Amino acid sequence: MELSTSILLTIALAPLAGCFLAGFLGRVIGRAGAHTVTILGVAASCGLSFYVLYQLVLGGAAVYNHNVYTWLDVGQISLSVGFLVDRLTAMMMVVVTLVSLLVHVYTIGYMADDDGYQRFFSYISLFTFSMLMLVMSNNFMQLFFGWEAVGLVSYLLIGFWARRPTATFASLKAFLINRVGDFGFVLGVAAVLYFLGSLDYATVFAAAPSLAGKTLAISQNVHWDAATVIAVLLFIGAMGKSAQVPLHVWLPDSMEGPTPISALIHAATMVTAGIFMVARMSPIYELSPAALSFVMVIGATGALFTGLIGIVQNDIKRVVAYSTLSQLGYMTVALGVSAYAGAVFHLMTHAFFKALLFLGAGSVIIAMHHEQDMRYMGGLRKYMPVTWITMWVGALALCGVPFFAGFYSKDSIIEAVGESHRWGAGYAYFCVMAGVFVTALYTFRQMYLTFHGKERFTVAAHHGHGAHDDHGHHAPGVLAHPPKESPWVVTLPLVLLAIPSLAVGYFTIGPVLFGDWFGGAIHVEEGGNVLAELGREFHGSLAMALHGFTQLPFFLVLAAFAITTYIYLFKPALAGRIKKAFLPLYTLLDRKYWVDEVYYAVFAKGGVALGRLFAKRGDGKLIDGALVNGSAGLVRRTAAGMRQLQSGYLYHYAFAMIFGLVLLLGGYWLFGR
Amino acid sequence: MPTLNDILILLPEFYLVAAACVLLLLDAFMKPAQRGVLHWLSIAVLLVGIYLVVSGQPDVPVTAFGGMFVRDGVAEILKVFALLTTALVFVYARPYLVDRKLFVGEFYTLAIFAVIGVMLLVSAGNLVMVYLGLELLTLSSYALVALNRDSRLSSEAAIKYFVLGAMASGMLLYGMSMVYGATGTLALAQLHGAAAHTAMPNLLVFGLIFMIVGIGFKLGAAPFHMWIPDVYEGSPTAVTIFIGSAPKLAAFGMAYRLLDTGLGDLSHYWQPVLAVLAVLSLAIGNLVAIVQSNLKRLLAYSTISHMGYLLLGLVNAGPEGYASAMFYAISYALMGTAAFGVILALARAGFECDRIDDLKGLNHRSPWLAFLMLLVMFSLAGVPPLFGFFAKLMVLEAAIHAGMVWLAVVGAIAAIVGLYYYLRVVKVMYFDRPDEGMETRVQPDFALRAVLSVNALVLLALGLGWGPLLNWCRAVFPG
Repeated sequence: MELSTSILLTIALAPLAGCFLAGFLGRVIGRAGAHTVTILGVAASCGLSFYVLYQLVLGGAAVYNHNVYTWLDVGQISLSVGFLVDRLTAMMMVVVTLVSLLVHVYTIGYMADDDGYQRFFSYISLFTFSMLMLVMSNNFMQLFFGWEAVGLVSYLLIGFWARRPTATFASLKAFLINRVGDFGFVLGVAAVLYFLGSLDYATVFAAAPSLAGKTLAISQNVHWDAATVIAVLLFIGAMGKSAQVPLHVWLPDSMEGPTPISALIHAATMVTAGIFMVARMSPIYELSPAALSFVMVIGATGALFTGLIGIVQNDIKRVVAYSTLSQLGYMTVALGVSAYAGAVFHLMTHAFFKALLFLGAGSVIIAMHHEQDMRYMGGLRKYMPVTWITMWVGALALCGVPFFAGFYSKDSIIEAVGESHRWGAGYAYFCVMAGVFVTALYTFRQMYLTFHGKERFTVAAHHGHGAHDDHGHHAPGVLAHPPKESPWVVTLPLVLLAIPSLAVGYFTIGPVLFGDWFGGAIHVEEGGNVLAELGREFHGSLAMALHGFTQLPFFLVLAAFAITTYIYLFKPALAGRIKKAFLPLYTLLDRKYWVDEVYYAVFAKGGVALGRLFAKRGDGKLIDGALVNGSAGLVRRTAAGMRQLQSGYLYHYAFAMIFGLVLLLGGYWLFGR
Repeated sequence: MPTLNDILILLPEFYLVAAACVLLLLDAFMKPAQRGVLHWLSIAVLLVGIYLVVSGQPDVPVTAFGGMFVRDGVAEILKVFALLTTALVFVYARPYLVDRKLFVGEFYTLAIFAVIGVMLLVSAGNLVMVYLGLELLTLSSYALVALNRDSRLSSEAAIKYFVLGAMASGMLLYGMSMVYGATGTLALAQLHGAAAHTAMPNLLVFGLIFMIVGIGFKLGAAPFHMWIPDVYEGSPTAVTIFIGSAPKLAAFGMAYRLLDTGLGDLSHYWQPVLAVLAVLSLAIGNLVAIVQSNLKRLLAYSTISHMGYLLLGLVNAGPEGYASAMFYAISYALMGTAAFGVILALARAGFECDRIDDLKGLNHRSPWLAFLMLLVMFSLAGVPPLFGFFAKLMVLEAAIHAGMVWLAVVGAIAAIVGLYYYLRVVKVMYFDRPDEGMETRVQPDFALRAVLSVNALVLLALGLGWGPLLNWCRAVFPG
């Protein structure tokens, strides 16, 4: 049986149609019209994605790999739009469209008072389209298109509130840093074309083994292994998109965007594009253990060290953002030890619980009238019970408490790293294990500061006055109205995300991780297949969870729970004293290891200085002065001269005609005869 | 003896002559207040003319009156577009003429007679017929230019046009007499064979060159272009728009009849001559346009450069070249009409809107008109995907296929230079602030606005789907 092309096209194009309708006809169809059309588009996409997944898993449909449109043929290269839909793709499609659908619904509540309502819906639908093009692609060119398109929408959405200088700064930062990654990525694509002569996945993967032994001559004595070059270059793209150290600095700043997109783009889907891409390219990565070690070390560093920063953050969204960085590190480590299925599995569970945490944080932000500082929260559980409970589900899933979705995926990754003998695996194992403790620490701190303890905000006495209905707050911690639970369009997505956060791991780990579920989509060399090793000790989800209670990660979570409970529930003053005692350490984390400062000083300032130099000397003097203005001046002088001929005197005109005639006759007489 | 068949072949022309006479009589007996009827009637006359041209079109070329008149595909296309653009001119011109008290019957009858001249010229099968058609066209044009006889500028333009036109006609006639002397025939079809066996080749080529001067004058190709800026500027805009449209199609038809039908065997003589005219036109037209501040003069120089492009097609001297040149002539007629149409839409009583600065901030004042002008300017400049781009592409291709790559390179460079002054108009409309006291809102006549919108959007539509029109042009030039 074959999947239907028209269904796949509908999945990809329905969100695009919604985007166009809401974007170009936004004023005509109004706010309700805009959210209706975009939600219908994404809902259609989501429903059909589930249908495609069902067909592939239970309906016995064959893998779909066809071109649907040939863009252009240049010499030997043919660039097409096509779909490769196997189980890996189908799973990504379901995750993307489901989270996107819920975020669409949530946005109705979150952006209710925003002027750019239609524009926002148009953008998130465009994002859904781009992301689907990225995951459904069957060739590198379309992958690159989707890759750039999601980057563009991310840029547009981070800077959505363009009047805030911080938002435009953050969007520019995200864009520029992604340029660095994309530069590597496009070089990687070019290297694929150079060595393998094609951009089509199937052709490239079939030919990948021929890379063995090929080298790229950098100089006479330096030869780089072709597979390693391709793998590392492509991974540099993933480092930008998936915010891996040292290209991670844009993701925390991206929180300047509205919260729904932080959930959709900067937690659940776009930032995982790099993970998906590496998993998709597993036949290439498997050829280069060196590249995989590189991937692993980068991922492990991010997993631990960005998590540490999360401990000292006070902005509720930034905590979740640093947690995202850390979890992306976990996925990357999994890729590095060839546990691609583990990475993708964590990608899926993470998409659900992290979207949940973000949307929950957004719900809190609505209740706090757009106050994001946790120091002015506390005790919110009385006011917003649904948000409180669902966020706890997300938090426990994130910490990896047994039975929750995050436990299955994260513990599998930790054990897979433990099994691996690849270079750097020891370091990675330490990082991911310590990361468990750190994760629990910042997660519980966030939950306590937000929902428990004393209320650290006050409600202004004179509310109900028209002038105070503008959602602005007078001073930090002073609210115009008491906080209240968010409307159903906000809480419904929370509940719907809490369910998979709780249960998706329990039901899917067996087949997805250990059942060769992905089939031919993921390729792992014999000997490095750590998941197969784990699979031999796997005796069902229940046994794994029960076993989990006796393992080190669980004790680390317990320890973190005990510490945070003691500090934030019973001795709030202790936090300040610890901060004072470890001031250098605190400063190090608070300044985020000074990475931003180094980038500004070296790359930003250096780049500007270099640009100035070229602008003044090269562009100003040489190009503008000599070439552009020089030629323009020549044209102007010539034209002014010719203009003199048009004197207005009839006899001059008549003379010109006679002159022309004589010229032509003379020309014939001299040369033509 | 003329037979009924001869008359049927010339039915569209006879019909138009009769209709023009009827309009003349009607005008004499009509009150000035009722001239609106005359206006719509004239447009109807032209549209019926198009119908007659198309519906009576024979499958194979036929001749009438002993070979004096040829009715073939080339003539059909040129006549259709000449009638069509003249109808557009009538729609655009009305508010302008009314505002200036020039809304008189003469405008319509003179223009229709000029179109009849165009139709006879492009169907000519004999040198005499060429001359006859040309004179009917130009004499009507002189009178049109002088329509506003109280204006010194207008009268001066008419005198210049007349004197230079008479000179050009004289040269053309002189060339024809030399050709007759060398070959002994006036019929174009017979000329074709006779040219090869002439005993006086020098005389023949001299005659050819004299005739090319006439063609060059009619086209407005440099160095026979001097009348164009003054006449374009001096004429009432409603007349300028006419001079810039149908007569250009006629000039192409005349060049084709004389140079290919008549003296096709001498193409190795006239190809380099036309190439020289093309280069001069491209250079002078584009360069001098840059320093113009008057919009009408700018468009006049732009015409000169466009005729340079048209010559690039003719230089090819083969079916492909003629098709591309005709395609170009049609594109120019549509673009020129639209460009002057925008000026007419903006002009008011006492305000000509003929300076580039008059368009300042048009986007704020009248965004739709500004957008239409943007389309026209981009099309004239040859920006894809507008009509003008593909027209340029075709003539450049024709020049390359004729082995004149250098000429195509000149054409491409000229297009870049030309981009400057077209974009300047766009810049003035979109980025400059309107001056104090400029009209805040321009609301032209409804019919003008509607037709102008269609005209400008057609430039976009033909840019996207230029295939059918080009194929039509190609089909009429047998290989």
